[in-house]
Order: sequence, then structure tokens, then C-alpha cells
Amino acid sequence: MLKSRDLALIAIFTGIIAALGLIPAFAPFGSAVPITAQSMGIMLAGAILGSKRGALSVLLFLALVAVGLPLLSGGRGGLGVFAGPSVGYLIGFPIAAFLVGLLTERIGRPYKLTLGVMANILGGIIALNAIGIVGMALVLDVSLVKATTIAAAFIPGDLAKAVVTAFVAAGVHAAYPGLIPARAERSAAAAERIAA
Amino acid sequence: MSAPVPLYLPGSSVIHRVGAGPKLLVLLATGIALTIWRSPWQVALALTLVLLGYAVACLPLRVLLRQVRSLAWIALPLFAVQWIFASWQAGVGVVGSFVSLVLLAGLVTLTTRTTAMVDVVVRMAGWLRRFGVDPERVGLMLALGIRSVHVVIGLAEEVREAQYARGLRASPRAFAVPLIVRSLRHADRLGEALAARGVDD
Amino acid sequence: MPEIRVESVSHSFGDGSTRRQVLRDVSVRLAEPRIGIIGANGSGKSTFVRLLNGLVQPDSGTVTIDGRDTVRDGPEVRRRVGFCFTDPDAQIVMPTVAEDIAFGLRRRGLSRAERDERTRRALTAYGLEGHADHPAHLLSGGQKQLLALASVLVTEPDLLVLDEPTTLLDLRNAAMVRRLVDDLPQQVVLVTHHLDLLDGFDRVLVFDDGRIANDGKPTEAVAAYRELAMR
Ligand SMILES: Nc1ncnc2c1ncn2[C@@H]1O[C@H](COP(=O)(O)OP(=O)(O)OP(=O)(O)O)[C@@H](O)[C@H]1O
Ligand SMILES: [Mg+2]
Repeated sequence: MLKSRDLALIAIFTGIIAALGLIPAFAPFGSAVPITAQSMGIMLAGAILGSKRGALSVLLFLALVAVGLPLLSGGRGGLGVFAGPSVGYLIGFPIAAFLVGLLTERIGRPYKLTLGVMANILGGIIALNAIGIVGMALVLDVSLVKATTIAAAFIPGDLAKAVVTAFVAAGVHAAYPGLIPARAERSAAAAERIAA
Repeated sequence: MSAPVPLYLPGSSVIHRVGAGPKLLVLLATGIALTIWRSPWQVALALTLVLLGYAVACLPLRVLLRQVRSLAWIALPLFAVQWIFASWQAGVGVVGSFVSLVLLAGLVTLTTRTTAMVDVVVRMAGWLRRFGVDPERVGLMLALGIRSVHVVIGLAEEVREAQYARGLRASPRAFAVPLIVRSLRHADRLGEALAARGVDD
Repeated sequence: MPEIRVESVSHSFGDGSTRRQVLRDVSVRLAEPRIGIIGANGSGKSTFVRLLNGLVQPDSGTVTIDGRDTVRDGPEVRRRVGFCFTDPDAQIVMPTVAEDIAFGLRRRGLSRAERDERTRRALTAYGLEGHADHPAHLLSGGQKQLLALASVLVTEPDLLVLDEPTTLLDLRNAAMVRRLVDDLPQQVVLVTHHLDLLDGFDRVLVFDDGRIANDGKPTEAVAAYRELAMR
């Protein structure tokens, strides 16, 4: 059962994902690959809140989009986005956040940058694109290969996001500890389970 | 950074007055139908009906045009690809059904209050009760989410102002870390207020 | 007035090297209508008042409100003890003013009509009737704190605990909150750094490093607090 504090964290993180979509895109690798901070919000949800709460906050974000709030970057929202070609990505978002969160919980506290980047890439790029590409192929009626080539254009931006997300997560976990289990606590808990 | 205004446009047309549930059912049925029937004339019929819906709902033309424009960047290249690799009929089928569906979904959003949509979500959550989903919780989360969007946007403005005041250049990391930390502290206070109001009891 | 009994309560936060004892064997009985709590930052005031509705569960000792244990009978205690915090933004949980007031009335076995009626009365009583359907984020700071109070008071608690309710408000809004609290029929426990709010209070506790250092009439307690602060 989720407690009040979990509910508050989930709802507030939904607000963070929305706020990140409102700040203008930035372009660390030149203007060819602009990055909106919003899709960073998906990885951040898992990297900061962990698997369950992260996935639920992304799910809540999508629910608010569906009921008509224009929270997707560029002020998009409403049911139309779920009929569009990026529906696979939207479905993949909570799954990606869950996977990033699961891997981040495995890393534990203190947060490790390189492992964090890897978690973000596995959950937030590879898993997300796998689902997104299938969705795109279905909606647009194109082959998986074609859909993959379209998706490939966004990979450099995604990689940059995975790195920035890890830096942000490291900063947040240092300033606000307690969201992911400490490594020592976890091994102690595991030892207890084995003993029991 | 301004607070997001819901996409709903108030009105008194028949379409505005139809319940959110029936409208969503029509949308779902149309989605299924258009994956089965997508010959050029079937798609043309669907598109005409959707456009008729916009007229009946008395929505301003610019609202429709804005949606069409945002669809064009994907629809035109898609049509070209289909035409080159398959046939123009296939192009009309794929692009036409896709455009009709997105526009119809837009029509539902534009004519249905956010609160009515929230009620539908809560009712649907009622069907999931046997899987341990508490519909009242779902309603609370949607309301909390809407409120939190406004709260965090307010916090984001404060962070940005603080950074300008200290002459810091806003890198995404320098913006995101303080925003998230402040938001998490806010969540602690919010969680406490929820507990005090008996949410855990 | 309800009787608040705190019996040998000790409480710490953190563990290992970060462990910090915040309340040290505190015992007190409170039954007066107006009780003030003052003391230095970090002296344990907020922790103490959070005991009164079970938000903080003591490491040792017991807290009861009219004989109900705040840990064992937590839900029942929270129905009787209303709590108002410092930051109005974090207490408003619903998107619009009327919804937030109605929120606390759910799960109280009231009919829809009665809920609406009570909400309407609260809106009028706290000068928010013109804002019923307004989004909460468009209210001023003072109006937000009024809304937070209205949302708690609409549930008609027997005891109202306020933790620095005026700290973020300007003079005018602080005076407004003060008048509102003065007129309440309920028992009130008020934590504050605004010492003038305590005029006319029946009893004031001074906290110092997790203990009650003084307990008496406002003038006496404030003098003791001043002396502690100058030491
Ligand atoms: N949830 C918590 N976790 C860890 N430490 C805490 C927690 N809550 C309070 N503390 C610590 O307990 C001590 C007492 O805090 P408390 O909030 O009760 O003080 P206070 O008298 O209300 O102070 P102020 O006047 O600043 O509000 C402080 O050192 C504080 O940092
Ligand atoms: Mg305090």
C-alpha cells in the first residue's frame, strides 16, 4: 500500500516532468539535435524515485495528458497524441521509468555515475525504443527497419540525455538522501532474508 | 513559463453535451473500424464526418488548422513513402485514417471538460477494483497531479529567478537539480498534510 | 476541552552517527482552551505538536487525546485533531478551492447534500465564496492559508494544532488569521515565533533542547524565553 508520502512524491514528480517540458529545448551537440528536457523527465523519474513510484508518476503524467492537459513538450496533449505515431513511446515511458528505477535501485546509494548512465541507456533508450519502434511501425504502416531508421536520428540526443540525467540524479541523491536504498542496508536485508 | 491551460473549449453544442463516456466509446470504435476499413472512400467518409463534428461543435477554424498543421510534418512524408513504395490508395488509407483518428481524438478533448474525463478514468478504475486498484485513490492522484503541475511550475519560476539574481547561466543540470530537490522537499510537506487529513487511515 | 496527556515521551531522528535526540522525557497535561508553544529553532516544537495527531510516533512514552492513544487509535485521533502547517501551498491538495474544502469531508459518512452544504457554509465563513471554482494556485498567500484553515475546520475538529501558521504571511494576513483563530470555539495549540499572537492565551510552553523549560502565563513564559535566548 502506498503511503501519503509516496502519493505526494508521485504527484510532485508528475509536476516535474511537466515543468521540464515547458523549458525550451537545449542543444549540447549543436542545433542539429535539440533536446527537450521532458524525455529526460522520464529517465529521471526512475533514476530518482525508483521503479514503482517512478513508473506510477509517469503513468499519472500520461493520464493528465489524456484528460486534456497540454503537458507534452510543445504544448501537446489530449487524446490525439495516443492516436499518433509516438504512441509506442508513450506506452513505453512508464516501462522505461520502471526499468531505469529497477537498475538504479540495484546500484543503490551512494549513486554511481557510470552505472547510472548505463541504467539510463538500458531502460530509457534501448527498452523504450524497442517499444516505440514497434508502435511507430504499426501506426504508420511501415516496416520495422524503416521505423528504426527514423528512430536512429534521435539516438545521439537520447545518449546526451542519459548522461545529463545521471549527473542530475547524482546531484539530487546527494542533496536529498533516502529515496533509494543504501548498498549496506540492502545487503543487510538480503542477509536477513537468507537467514530467515 | 506559464501554467498550462486545459485544451477544453467551453461551448453548448450537442457534442459538448454528450457524456465523456459515450464520446470515448465512439473514439475507440472509430479506431478499431479504421484499422479494418481503410479504402480511399471509406477514409474520406470518416474524415468528412470528423470535420462535420468540428462544425457542429462550433469550434473556431484556427483550432482545426492548428491541429492539421501539426499533423502535416508527419502526414506528408508518410504519404510520399506509401505512394512510392506501395500505391496512392495505400497512402490515402494510411494517412487518411491516421489524420481522421487524431482529429477525432482532438475533437473529444476540445469538447469535454477535464473534470468529466477525470470522472471517466475513476469509473474505469472501478472495474479494476478486483486487481487491488482503489478508484478513490485514482481520483485523488489525478487531482493531486493537476495541483502539483501548478506547484512545480511555481517552484521552477523561483529557481530560475534565484539563478538570474545570482548571475548563473542556466545549464540544464544547474536548473534541474535545485528544482527537483525543492520539489521533493515540498512533497515531504504535502505528504505530511495528506497524512494529517487522514489519507492513510 | 479535550485533555491532552503526554507521558514521558522521548524521540530521536536518524540513526548511527546522524542520530539526534529531539524530545527528552517530556511529560505534560494540557486542557486549557488556548495553549502557545515557543522556543528556539530546532528546540523540538514541531516534533512535539506532531505527536498530538500521530504524525510523529514517539520512540518511548505515550500521548493520548481524551484517553485515545495517538498510535493505537491514530485514525480516530486524526478525525478529532485538525492540523494547520506553515506552508499553505503544501497543504492544499485539490486543484480548486471548493474541492479542497470538500476533500476532508469524504469518508465521514456524510450525504452528498450535507457535504455540499458544509462546503458552502465554510466558503462563506472564510470569505472565499467568490473563489469556489478558482484554481488554488491563483489565490494570494493569505487566502491560501485561509483556505488551508477552512479545509481543516470544515471537518469540525475538537482540537486545532497550528505550526507557525503566520510565518509566511504579511502583517495584514497574519492579523486576519489571528482574528479567525481567536474566534474559534475549539481548543487551540499554537506554535509561533510571533510572540504577540500569544496575548490572552491561557498557557504557554517554552521549549529548549527537547525539554519544556518553562510553563506558565504568556508574560512569564515570554520573559523566560527571552532570558534563554540571551544566555
Ligand atoms: N523528519 C526528520 N528527520 C530528521 N531530523 C528531523 C526531522 N524532523 C525534525 N528533525 C530535527 O529535529 C530537530 C527539532 O526539529 P523541530 O522541527 O521539532 O524544531 P522546531 O522547534 O519546530 O524548530 P523551528 O523553530 O525551526 O521550526 C531539528 O534539529 C531538526 O533538524
Ligand atoms: Mg518547527
